[in-house]
Amino acid sequence: MNLLQNKIPVYVTNGNCVTPLGFNLVNNLQEIKNGQVAIDKITDESLQSESFYGAVIDKIKLKIAFSKLNYKGEFSTLEMMMLLAVDEIVVTYKEQFIDKCGIIFSSTKGNINALSTEDNTAYFLHHLAKKVSTAIGIKTEPIVLSNACVSGIMAISVAKRLIQTGVYNHFVVIGGDLFSKFVFSGFQSFQAISAQPCKPYDKTRDGITLGEASAAIFVTKNKALTESSFCYEIIGDSSINDANHISGPSRTGEGLFQSVNNAMKEVNIESSAIDCISSHGTATNFNDEMEAQAFNRAALENTPVFSLKACFGHTLGAAGLLETVISLAFADENLIPPSLGYNEDGLTLPLNINNEIQEKEVNIVLKTASGFGGSNTAVLFKKCTTDEK
Amino acid sequence: MEVTPPFFLKNALQMKNNIIHYCNIKNNEVYLDGKKLYTGAEEDFLSFIKGVYKSFGLDYPKFYKMDTLCKLAIASSSILLNGINKEIDPNMAILLSNRSACIDVDIKHQESISQGEGSYASPANFVYTLPNIALGEISIKYKLRSENSFFIFEGFNPEFLIEYGNSLTQLGKSSSVLCGWVEVIENEYNAFMFIIKPEKGIELTKENLEKLI
Repeated sequence: MNLLQNKIPVYVTNGNCVTPLGFNLVNNLQEIKNGQVAIDKITDESLQSESFYGAVIDKIKLKIAFSKLNYKGEFSTLEMMMLLAVDEIVVTYKEQFIDKCGIIFSSTKGNINALSTEDNTAYFLHHLAKKVSTAIGIKTEPIVLSNACVSGIMAISVAKRLIQTGVYNHFVVIGGDLFSKFVFSGFQSFQAISAQPCKPYDKTRDGITLGEASAAIFVTKNKALTESSFCYEIIGDSSINDANHISGPSRTGEGLFQSVNNAMKEVNIESSAIDCISSHGTATNFNDEMEAQAFNRAALENTPVFSLKACFGHTLGAAGLLETVISLAFADENLIPPSLGYNEDGLTLPLNINNEIQEKEVNIVLKTASGFGGSNTAVLFKKCTTDEK
Repeated sequence: MEVTPPFFLKNALQMKNNIIHYCNIKNNEVYLDGKKLYTGAEEDFLSFIKGVYKSFGLDYPKFYKMDTLCKLAIASSSILLNGINKEIDPNMAILLSNRSACIDVDIKHQESISQGEGSYASPANFVYTLPNIALGEISIKYKLRSENSFFIFEGFNPEFLIEYGNSLTQLGKSSSVLCGWVEVIENEYNAFMFIIKPEKGIELTKENLEKLI
């Protein structure tokens, strides 16, 4: 079979997320529209003597929300976050779970706090994945993707590919990472933590703000299953490594440029067809500059671009998935979310930063991410039209 | 819609992927395509892998800075790629997997931040606390600007490597794939790297991969 010429269309639907702004997508969208952000000032001397900024979930509220669901047994904070995010998918698609339905988890550090405990079983990512997939009743071997900060968006791309080659019919994709001392102290040692809430693309940007979140989405080749929520077809995807440096992005944006370019080529569209870019925008000097290089090379300098990092912080392995869910939900209302923290241009090449909510007909959304290890991912989503549906 | 496949795909569309070369590093021994090339006498992993590095003339000073996972991944992929006597395909994807991510360096980093007041994380350790850094190291060494991804499973998962590896070539994402299982915790390790490509080779089946690991 010629898979290139008879491509199976694959769709995403029923996205959800758990963040400090709210424990479901509707609440998150409402809070963003109200101008709220998940980032807050935190005082925790075990992490840093002075207070700092971060986006942390209220664990008492999380336990209360989780206790209303029907999961029996002991679960870690991250497992509760993941189950809360995926619960609606479980309710809606339980019947599909026995129809060649796979499950992919995206996480960088999983239950990292278990590493310093006597029994470190929970540290292992496959353990976390098995526990969550057993709780929701999926019997196939869970796949865990741990590919730094591109994990969340790459997981959608992996699901699409495995459906297009006919191995699976559906995928449940779940992403999550915690705000941990492990990661915070590491970025501190890099002097990469911003002294202010992070300001992607701004002249005064000085690093990242960390956050924690979980998100989930259902990926399927059966369009009829997308009726209860938004529906986007995954029309192009690519993940090209910079092959340049393990902890810094390529100065020319080579890997990201090639990823975006390949994704466009896959569906034969020009950059002008893309309505908005949900970018990585971490607010480190190098990352944002690298994106400006890559997007200019791809002739996307006039396309509205936004980073959600100044709202949710950098949620690592959850970020790409969380930001996809938020961006597609906004696009469904023909809105482009705001890129907060941007006041004054601070890039050597121009970008069209969308610094407030904008009404615009949105059909094609480009999601990108870049991370340590030289990784980059670009995925193109196209809105399913109502008459098609 | 008509899409013209890139030149390298003409093969991919006509032929199934086979295992064209493979390398194992396990039990103090190094094998290329099943042939034993090296035996080390060292009892600990770090001394053994240093011996491998020197004996195969890998000549990559950065090696000494790497965490255990990257050392094992760089050694096994280099022996495989240097040993095939062919130009390395710049489009070759990398698909690696293991059970324990980068647990050795994670423990190091965790210890450095758990010593109370005045304890500081080392950026040199922290940068290795992601398993996919191993992909970055291989990509840099062999200038592979290509698709790469790192997966975690409870144990060696040949079905997944076959399914996802095939999807990469069949969907035109790459012309060949460097696949592997690279697992290390302290002194227990096992690396199995293999290249799949639509060319003559060992049939790519679950049974064959289980035999070759």
